[in-house]
Amino acid sequence: MNLHEYQAKELFARYGLPVLPGQVAQTPEEARDIAAALGGTVVIKAQVLVGGRGKAGGVKLAHGPDEAYDRARDILALTIKGLPVRKVLVARAAEIARELYLAILLDRSRKLPLIMLSAAGGVDIEEVARTAPHRIVRRHIPLEGLRPYQARALLKPLFREGSQLTQAADILMKLWRAYSEGDCSLAEINPLAVTPEGKVLALDAKVILDDNADVRHREWEIWRDPDEETLGQRVAREKGLSYVKLDGDIGCVVNGAGLAMATMDLIKHYGGEPANFLDIGGSSNPEKVTAALRIITGESRVRAILFNIFGGITRCDDVANGIVQSLKQSPLPIPLVIRLTGTNEEQARKILSENGLSATTSMDEGVRAVIAKAQEVTA
Amino acid sequence: MSIFIDKSTRLVVQGITGRDGAFHTGQMVAYGTKVVAGVTPGKGGEKLQGVPVFDGVAEAVAATRANASVIYVPAVFAADAIFEAADAGVGLIVCITEGLPVRDTLAAYHHVAALRSRNGTGRPRLVGPNCPGLISPGLSKVGILPGHICKPGPVGVVSRSGTLTYEVVQQLTHAGLGQSTCLGIGGDPVIGTNFIDALEAFAADPRTEGIVLIGEIGGSDEEEAAQFIKRHVRKPVVAFIAGQTAPPGKRMGHAGAIISGGTGTAAEKMAAFEAVGVPVANIPSEIPSLMAEAMGRRRPRSNRAAAGKARRARAASRPRPAARDRARPAAKRARARARKPARRAVARAAGGRGRR
Repeated sequence: MNLHEYQAKELFARYGLPVLPGQVAQTPEEARDIAAALGGTVVIKAQVLVGGRGKAGGVKLAHGPDEAYDRARDILALTIKGLPVRKVLVARAAEIARELYLAILLDRSRKLPLIMLSAAGGVDIEEVARTAPHRIVRRHIPLEGLRPYQARALLKPLFREGSQLTQAADILMKLWRAYSEGDCSLAEINPLAVTPEGKVLALDAKVILDDNADVRHREWEIWRDPDEETLGQRVAREKGLSYVKLDGDIGCVVNGAGLAMATMDLIKHYGGEPANFLDIGGSSNPEKVTAALRIITGESRVRAILFNIFGGITRCDDVANGIVQSLKQSPLPIPLVIRLTGTNEEQARKILSENGLSATTSMDEGVRAVIAKAQEVTA
Repeated sequence: MSIFIDKSTRLVVQGITGRDGAFHTGQMVAYGTKVVAGVTPGKGGEKLQGVPVFDGVAEAVAATRANASVIYVPAVFAADAIFEAADAGVGLIVCITEGLPVRDTLAAYHHVAALRSRNGTGRPRLVGPNCPGLISPGLSKVGILPGHICKPGPVGVVSRSGTLTYEVVQQLTHAGLGQSTCLGIGGDPVIGTNFIDALEAFAADPRTEGIVLIGEIGGSDEEEAAQFIKRHVRKPVVAFIAGQTAPPGKRMGHAGAIISGGTGTAAEKMAAFEAVGVPVANIPSEIPSLMAEAMGRRRPRSNRAAAGKARRARAASRPRPAARDRARPAAKRARARARKPARRAVARAAGGRGRR
């Protein structure tokens, strides 16, 4: 789960990281009230889960409540990289003397957490990695955890001034705790800012949580933003389906994530455009099949749907029953192509043919057939 | 013969009385795997399908000399199960369970790795989590891979996926290419056995003649595998990467299948393999023919030249094969072809390009 900046700052504040006071607003009026309560100059920041908000006009300064109202109204009317801005963070503004970058993330190949630090903060770090990789310092955190002296040694070259060094080291230790105890897969401060008075602050926050750890973090539930989820995504989550919407017009329902990706690729290979990724998992109950079909037809302008089932542990006859029952409850207005192979394939074919359906054996055939059907619909 | 498991594998099933554990125990026993023990805390002394159940892995190992374990326990208990198996001295630990928090996997991974470096034997080895396990056709299966799609043969298969592996294995079998071992290493961002470990084992296995590697988006395991192949693997390798159409920033089912910060794309991975001379299949159905073709011209250049010379020398002392073939009646030629079905299937799969 990706957190909004205001949520990530809540998490950071819980671990004692220095974030400036602020609150989230959904209307210009709320923004005005928050700005009045904070006093002084505030910054209004669009809360959307994409980078480059500043460049898109989603971050503005406001001197006083009335200006905060105007700026919030402007930003709440924006759509940034396809995402409508529904919330803004209104936070006290800070003067900035220096901007740095500090993050902890998982290094998958070394299987250790990795600290990334750069004097080039406040900009897109991927850009820095491309154009000036020498400006990024990388250091793995040992299995036993990070020690304060290690934090100080790492930060020393970038913080010559004693008080700033101790502040920065304290921030890194707290970021490590937030990352580790908080089950993050990314905890990023960009910029890590130094004010003209020499205070070190986390001015922005980006956090990705490890979804598999949600069972031990009840507190995450309040961060699940219903506005960020489409109806299809919500139904998929509730029914335990793995679903990603794409832009094409050929739907697919597949058992297994790798096979689902390969099915999308094959649709593209034969000249079609996949409408989605959907892994129905090992289960074959009619409820899941119905949910899958409803999600796909509800979210995309789909012209045809392919079922691609490899019966290993999943039994093909179970899936066939699921499809038949689902279609009886809610008939599908577009063509359906079924590919089944593996365990109990013969029984599955019998069930399908008794109900006026048929299935192919080969994945390539199934994909070519669904593309042909989609073209008939278009024509 | 195979990697990691064979006839000598004596398996303990952790979580044997659960729904998945019980079902797959039946499947593994039916396939011929020696399932010698099960573990479910609190159910010690019971029996499940004739397999004795113990309260802990150490007890099970002491009583049955189990040397491998497979884990079907729920995600919240799975890391503990890995620790328990490793501490009980089990040599191979296969974690089928999906949904472990990465922090838990990291702890278990490093515990297993520390024991392994202390032992100096390459054991214990962790496979998974979030994987279908492995099968050495005709010998043993540990996990959930369906046995009926496999057949014994010379191809090693290693994959981050489950059902996509079954798809590829079935197509290999149909093309007459049997398998030494099929290994699913798992779809999580942190896994115990990666592509390099599997390649190393297949390279050292005398019965494995070719390797199929099935990768997917996310991470850099495939890129590292490509470099390893360049330096250390002389056997032919064919690769396939799933997720060519996956959008960036979205998790495609597997926890590890995500393009982040513009890296981990299918295109990068395919290019990495092509750069080291590993053929990359565009679609799964190209894999058997590419494998057959690669195995057909497998011998290194120097060997091949020597073999060619010997063949020419032999040919000089007897009638030319083509002439001899022409001299044989057509029916006899057909019978001769029918005696070599596997060979023919291979050639067909290769679209006529293999073994010429």
